[in-house]
Order: sequence, then C-alpha cells, then structure tokens
Amino acid sequence: MTAKQNLFNKVWDLHNVGTLPTGQTQLFIGLHLIHEVTSPQAFEMLRDRGLKVLHPERTLATVDHIVPTDNQARPFQDLLAEQMMSQIEKNCREFGVTLLDISDNRQGIVHIVGPEQGLTQPGLTIVCGDSHTSTHGAFGAIAFGIGTSQVAGVLATQTLALSKPKVRRIEVNGDLAPGVYAKDVALYIIQKLGVKGGIGYAYEYAGDVFDRMTMEERMTVCNMSIEGGARCGYVNPDQTTIDYLRDRPQSPTGKAFEKASEWWLSLASGPDAEFDDVVVLDAADIEPTVTWGITPGQSIGITDKVPHPEDFPESDRPGIREAYEYMGLEAGQSLQGVKVDVTFIGSCTNGRISDLREAARLVQGHHVAPGVKALVVPGSQQVLKQAVEEGLDEIFREAGFEWRAAGCSMCLAMNPDKLKGREVCASSSNRNFKGRQGSPTGRTLLMSPAMVAAAAIKGYITDVRELEAPVGV
Amino acid sequence: MNEIKQVKGTGVPLLLDDIDTDRIIPARFLRCVTFDGLGEHAFEDDREQDPKHPFNNPKYQSGSVLVAGRNFGCGSSREHAPQSLMRWGINAIIAQSFAEIFFGNCTALGVPTVTASAEATEKLCKMIEADPQLEIEVDLEKMQVTAGDFSCPVETVASSRDALLSGQWDFLSLLLENKPAIQKTADSLPYMKQFA
Ligand code: SF4
Repeated sequence: MTAKQNLFNKVWDLHNVGTLPTGQTQLFIGLHLIHEVTSPQAFEMLRDRGLKVLHPERTLATVDHIVPTDNQARPFQDLLAEQMMSQIEKNCREFGVTLLDISDNRQGIVHIVGPEQGLTQPGLTIVCGDSHTSTHGAFGAIAFGIGTSQVAGVLATQTLALSKPKVRRIEVNGDLAPGVYAKDVALYIIQKLGVKGGIGYAYEYAGDVFDRMTMEERMTVCNMSIEGGARCGYVNPDQTTIDYLRDRPQSPTGKAFEKASEWWLSLASGPDAEFDDVVVLDAADIEPTVTWGITPGQSIGITDKVPHPEDFPESDRPGIREAYEYMGLEAGQSLQGVKVDVTFIGSCTNGRISDLREAARLVQGHHVAPGVKALVVPGSQQVLKQAVEEGLDEIFREAGFEWRAAGCSMCLAMNPDKLKGREVCASSSNRNFKGRQGSPTGRTLLMSPAMVAAAAIKGYITDVRELEAPVGV
Repeated sequence: MNEIKQVKGTGVPLLLDDIDTDRIIPARFLRCVTFDGLGEHAFEDDREQDPKHPFNNPKYQSGSVLVAGRNFGCGSSREHAPQSLMRWGINAIIAQSFAEIFFGNCTALGVPTVTASAEATEKLCKMIEADPQLEIEVDLEKMQVTAGDFSCPVETVASSRDALLSGQWDFLSLLLENKPAIQKTADSLPYMKQFA
C-alpha cells in the first residue's frame, strides 16, 4: 500500500489472486450475499459439475424480492414465489449456507441486512447477484453486482474474473440546505454525470457532505451508483464507520475490534491519493430532486421546470420524447401539482430506520390525501422492530398509511405489491424504468422519502419544504 | 467450450439508448428457478405497447444479430436478460455502448458484444430495414462487422474477446484452476482470521 493509492486500488491489490489467461484479474471475494431470484440457477450449475460451496461461512442468503409484505402465510398464494422460496431453502440446506428466511427476525432486503448484521465491513470485496450491491461501498468496501454465472463461480471458488475499473472521485462540498437529503445528492450526481457517466469507473464519494453523513445516508448514495453507470461506489471509512460497526452481531469484538478498526482506517484514500478523474460539486446547488422521465438521470430540482428536448444534444432527443410520451408530461411544466395515485416509502435505497423516522416526523398529525394508496415498507425485520419500538408504525397508520412487513415490495414487480394501469407513483426506490413497478404502463417519480411523505399528504408532488406543520403539533 | 470467432446471421434493428434489463425481461418473469422458457418473454411489455417493435415484426423473427444504441442492458444485474435474448435467438449484439454487468453476463454465455460508431450502427439498421435477409457477420478475429458491401471496425473488451476466441468464456473452469493461489490470498487477509 502506498500513500498515492486510493482505497479502491488498495483493496483491489489485497484481493488480487492473480492474472487469468484472458488478462482479467482473479479477485478474491470477502463476502458473498445471495437472494432467491438470481441464485437457483447458480446452485444448479454447481450440482451439474459436482462442485461445493468453497466458503459457506463467507456466504449469506436472505429472501426479499418475492416476499409478500401483507399475507406472509406459507405456502405463498403465488405458487411461483413459493417454488422459489422452497428452492433457496433446499439449496442453502444442501450446500451449508446460512439462510435468513421470513421466520428469522434478521431477514430483510439483502443490502440492508448485511450492514445491519455487521457483515459489511471496510476493506472487503462484496458481491451479490444484484446490481444494488454497490450499497455496501458506504463502508469503504469494493462492492458490486454480478450475474448468475458469476454467482456460481463465486460459490465454487470465492473468486471472480474482473477487469479493473478506473476510479473517479466525486467531491460534494459545502452544506446541504434543509429539506435536502442523501437521496437528492444521489439523484443530483446522476443528473450531472449522466446514467452512462460511470461506465468503466468506480466512484469514490468524498467532501464535506459525505464526511458529515451518517452511515445510512452514505448507503443511500452508494446504492444508486449503478444508476449512474458505476458498478461500484464507496466512501472512505472513518470514525462514523467504526462507531456504526461497534457491537453489531457479526462485528469483531474486544481487541479484535480495535485491530480491525486500525486496519479499516489504514485503507482510506489519503491526502496524496491519485484518481483517474475528479469531479467537484457544490452542495448549495442541490434542491429536493424528482425524476420526470424513465431513467434515473432524468430529474430536476423541485422548483425547476421539466426541460425542453432542445436543451439536450440531438442524439438524446428521441429518448427524451419517449420519456415524455410515456410519463404523460410536457416540456416546460412544473412537477409540483402532478397528481399521484400511489406513494411508496421503502427499498434498499430508502427503507432504513432513519428514512422512516424522517417520514414519520413529517406526516405526524397529517392525513394521506383521499384516493391515494400509501405504503410504508421497512427494509428489514430489524428496521420494522425498531420502528415499532419507537411508535413510528402507529404514526403512519394514524396518518392513513399501510404498514407492511419487510421486503422489496413495490420497488419491483416480483411480489403482490404492484402499480395498476397508468398509475403514478411517488417512490423512494431507485428505478423509474418503464414497467418497473409492476404495471407495463405504470409511472414512477423517484424522490426522497420525505418528498414521498409530502406527496402522500397532499395527493400531488409538492416541495417538502412547504409542508406546514399541522395545527396543534 | 467452443471457440467463438465469427457469428453470422440476419439482423434485428433496435436503435434506442438506455434499454434497461427490466425492459428486456420484465421482473415478473424472474419468478422462476431455471432460465428455460425466458426466450418467448424477451421485450414482452415493449412488444405489447408497440406493435411496431422489431421483436414483433415478422421480418426480423429469424434475426440473430441485434443492433442497438447506447448503454444497452443498463439497470438490474439479472442474467435473465441476456438469457432471454439468447433463447429468443440472438447470438451477437452490436451496440454503440453497453452497461458493464450486462456485457460481462453476455460474455459468460458466449454471446459476443461489440461496439461500433453511431454512424455504423445507423447504417447497419438502415440496411437491415431495407433487406431483412441481409447476412451480417461479426468477426472477432478481424474485429470487424460485414454486411453486404459494407464493413466497419468494432471494439470490445480485450479479455472478453480473448475468452471467446480461445473458448474460455466459461470462466468457472479458469477460476477453478488456481486453488492454491486462492488459499494464499485468503490467508493473507486479516478478516479471514477474524483479526486474531
Ligand atoms: S429493494 Fe429494489 S433495488 Fe433493492 S434489492 Fe429489492 S428490488 Fe432490488
């Protein structure tokens, strides 16, 4: 390790097993997370070749995508979901992998469970058959999503064939204004650098804003790295990271924790660290941000107007027009006042306790607008438990929200929570792709959980900074 | 594994940017434990909403070389996406650029993914539209695409090209060869010993 190396390159070198004949690096993987959707075919590949899981103790499985969030009685009403559930149970039993299924109070969205259990640690290489694995980079880990064939490779060898990306440091300096959250920072970065901007790069997030963020906020931003095209994004470990990890169920303890902390901090990019590219942004330019299109890069600050196709290079215009047509929006209009049918607070981007606390604080004493279906879905059973202990579930229920069990829910269309027809959804999730929320014509506007809460109360998209406190609160 | 040097076939033009894997295979079709049967659902929602979608067009039903725009395959890491295209009958993809995870997944399935300039992909699409029976050849040795009297250079990631040309695109076998080196790396990492 040299002073000029950034964290990414240090961690990469430590995990470099060797160079493959194809020129790629064979990279050792410190933690392999699996879920029910992208793993069954991988276990089948192992069976076909008579292979075992090399490090079952470095592998953890949970279930999240297909899990119903209201009626969880087994067998599930959706027989395909039940089949997937039985399959992961069988695979984990047979290959000796720990599975946190819905009867386990540690179950939840895979990217929420890893950090919460203290398994996600600085200096690890972390993979999962899921593109939002980038979330775990918040701890100063190299974490990225892989395909199912690669899942099989990691199960069998605890390694992966990969070409080394370049590293771009994205500094956001200054102060975030009130009402501007980590989600807005993530959306703003993607708006500025584009959904293709990160291809070939790992993103290092740094500067005042990230230094001050909590771990949960860092996770929100790292989560959405992939939406900007970067397979991996990370924040350097610091005291905030160490404080978060102390006393987690799977964290080292006692002397080992002190040794671990020392090692973790030593990995951080130092003041002399070199990068392939550096981008500097000003926190003061960031507003509550909302998407108007069908990619996460198509967003504006809430006081801005939806842009004109002519504002973009010619080659982008067909995509912009396609987005307007699908969304039913027009260039030059404001997003404030756009009616919503559904609001969703949850997902691996914004389904953690701090997200629920902030949303609950805003909705207390208000009521969901008539005709709006409002869901709150904790990201894990631990988040749910904590929220109940704090009485947040009561606040949401009283305000007219549906309070659900942990899972991916309406982030994607693999469980019973789905949009219908052309419904418009204000969502705290990460993807506004066509059809993402379950209806092939459904429409998604991405924003912070606070903005979603405000939309639920008003029945239309509104600036959360203008949501008045109800009388008497 | 077989060596993949040239892929020949008729084309399918799909010159749009940012086609995400949710569009290639909508999530509801991921409720499965094998990849069988995914082929028929490729672009299902797009096909439903757009009768003119190339995957609906009888002219392109036998097409096996897909020509696409920028950032093809972005979004979810689901290998179901290239699996569904492959099972639909796509054997090679020429695009202006690819999302990384999708690109890697294609290589692991033995589906060459190469990039060409915007001009070249536009020209190719026009030629395919004019003559859907036109044979297109993706040549990984020459790094060139040929269709009738048109040809253009293409690019790809060197390791992917090497893997396909040498028949080593099934990375699992390669990874399995280095057991001692894997063990050595594992032993050198402090967290593998719980920081003892
Ligand atoms: S919450 Fe959404 S993005 Fe996150 S793992 Fe689940 S489906 Fe994927």
